[in-house]
Amino acid sequence: MSPISRRRFVSAGLAATAGVSGVAVAATLAKRYGLIPPDSGGIYGPGETLTYAAQRLLTRHSLAREFPRSMISRTPFANELAPFNDAFKRHQASGFADWHLAVDGMVARPASLSVSDLRGLRASSQITEVVCEEGWSYVAEWIGTPLHEVLNASGILPQARYVVYFSIEPDWWESIDMADALHPQTLVTYAMNDGDLPVGFGGPLRLRVPRQLGYKSVKFITRLTVTDSLKGFGKGVGGTNAEGGYAWYAGI
Amino acid sequence: MPDAVSFRNSDSPRHAAFVRVTHWITTICFFALLITGAEIVISHPRFYWGETGNNLTTPLFRIPIPASRNLVPTGYGYVLPDANGWSRYLHFEAAWAVVLTGLLYAIWGLWTGHFRSNLFPARADRTWQMFLKTIASHVRLRRPDEAEAYSYNSVQRISYLLVIFFFFPLVICTGLALSPGFNAAVPAVVNSLGGRQSARTLHFFVSACLLLFLIVHVAMIVLAGFTSRMRAMITGKTITGTMTAGVVRSTRQSTGEEQI
Repeated sequence: MSPISRRRFVSAGLAATAGVSGVAVAATLAKRYGLIPPDSGGIYGPGETLTYAAQRLLTRHSLAREFPRSMISRTPFANELAPFNDAFKRHQASGFADWHLAVDGMVARPASLSVSDLRGLRASSQITEVVCEEGWSYVAEWIGTPLHEVLNASGILPQARYVVYFSIEPDWWESIDMADALHPQTLVTYAMNDGDLPVGFGGPLRLRVPRQLGYKSVKFITRLTVTDSLKGFGKGVGGTNAEGGYAWYAGI
Repeated sequence: MPDAVSFRNSDSPRHAAFVRVTHWITTICFFALLITGAEIVISHPRFYWGETGNNLTTPLFRIPIPASRNLVPTGYGYVLPDANGWSRYLHFEAAWAVVLTGLLYAIWGLWTGHFRSNLFPARADRTWQMFLKTIASHVRLRRPDEAEAYSYNSVQRISYLLVIFFFFPLVICTGLALSPGFNAAVPAVVNSLGGRQSARTLHFFVSACLLLFLIVHVAMIVLAGFTSRMRAMITGKTITGTMTAGVVRSTRQSTGEEQI
């Protein structure tokens, strides 16, 4: 084997230095522009960070595909639900008349909105696909209030970075960044196809995040918390699915 | 036929260091993608055609295995453990690694002429007769002659080109078409594949083609001489590493004359 020449040694050293400093600069920039997901640690962190950063850089304003009415699935699949807790059953018995969505955290005017309050805000509808991480999917029409309308009504503070949302069912919460929270298709959904949102599909209120997988569309939501950090919520990785070993960002 | 063979001297390796490194990175990533892909399929071993499909719709076909979710009608009385969390993480991490490696390899291959000189079939081999002859010797499981330790035959070249420029890009496109974020940004890919469920079904079949390639690839390496081929792809050295250019040239020329 021929000995490594000085020129080769120097150029390899320069390339390595350039590579390391390139990664360092990229990491600093990524952090500054909010391209690091909360589950960026561990062995899967690099892949997850690349996915999240790439999608945020390239798809921040993209709209999820919308379909013609003729493509609405005749057999949407509600998926499995744990038995309802007593609080939910009480609401169900009274036709969800007292169901409220609290808006708190980094907002100027915390609020508590009933389903009819939400119906009084500007309505939006979309025919989009629910995509489960398992592989199955269906298309439905979703009707509700855009999340940005709900948040803007309460006045988002400038340091806000995430919106955390909670189901009435215990240990069921998720979070999204402001790019998805303010996205026009992110919907506080109260109706589906031709009627009220059925309980199996998350009624009375479900947050639809159509640019991410179904597990980010939490059913039976009762609370939205605007925050600048996910550290204070559960284990700090931004949701029950992330705590259970799934990716926080589910745009892939 | 001087243009058909690129002669090497004993100092130049059978495979360039760049090829060896990218080959093994790709191998590791491929196994990671294969195992995690299978794990993800187990959560819903049903396939559909078109945009949508779920447990309530008729599948195009289903794989007769138990599932890791209890609402999938599999016919089995039990449910496998859920492994989708780490499987999905690893699947995408390996995908990033293999796509970036593949991009570097493609740029390097075009830049250095690797594809033109080592993978595009040599001029003398660009005839149907030669192609059929090579296939016939493969079908008879004939052990390749000495010259093939230094260069690829035309069937190998065409298989490698198909894998590099057809199956890998297709498996990437069909995979990306399963990402709701990517589909929002570039809807043309999923739409041109016939919808999300079609893309998923195609992703499965293209992966199966790559697995088939892997099986044949390894079988051929065993047939040709596992140790020498592995040594060539790991260290770059051929049989002894001391073979002179003259020996290579004469071996190659004699086979060339036989073929004519």
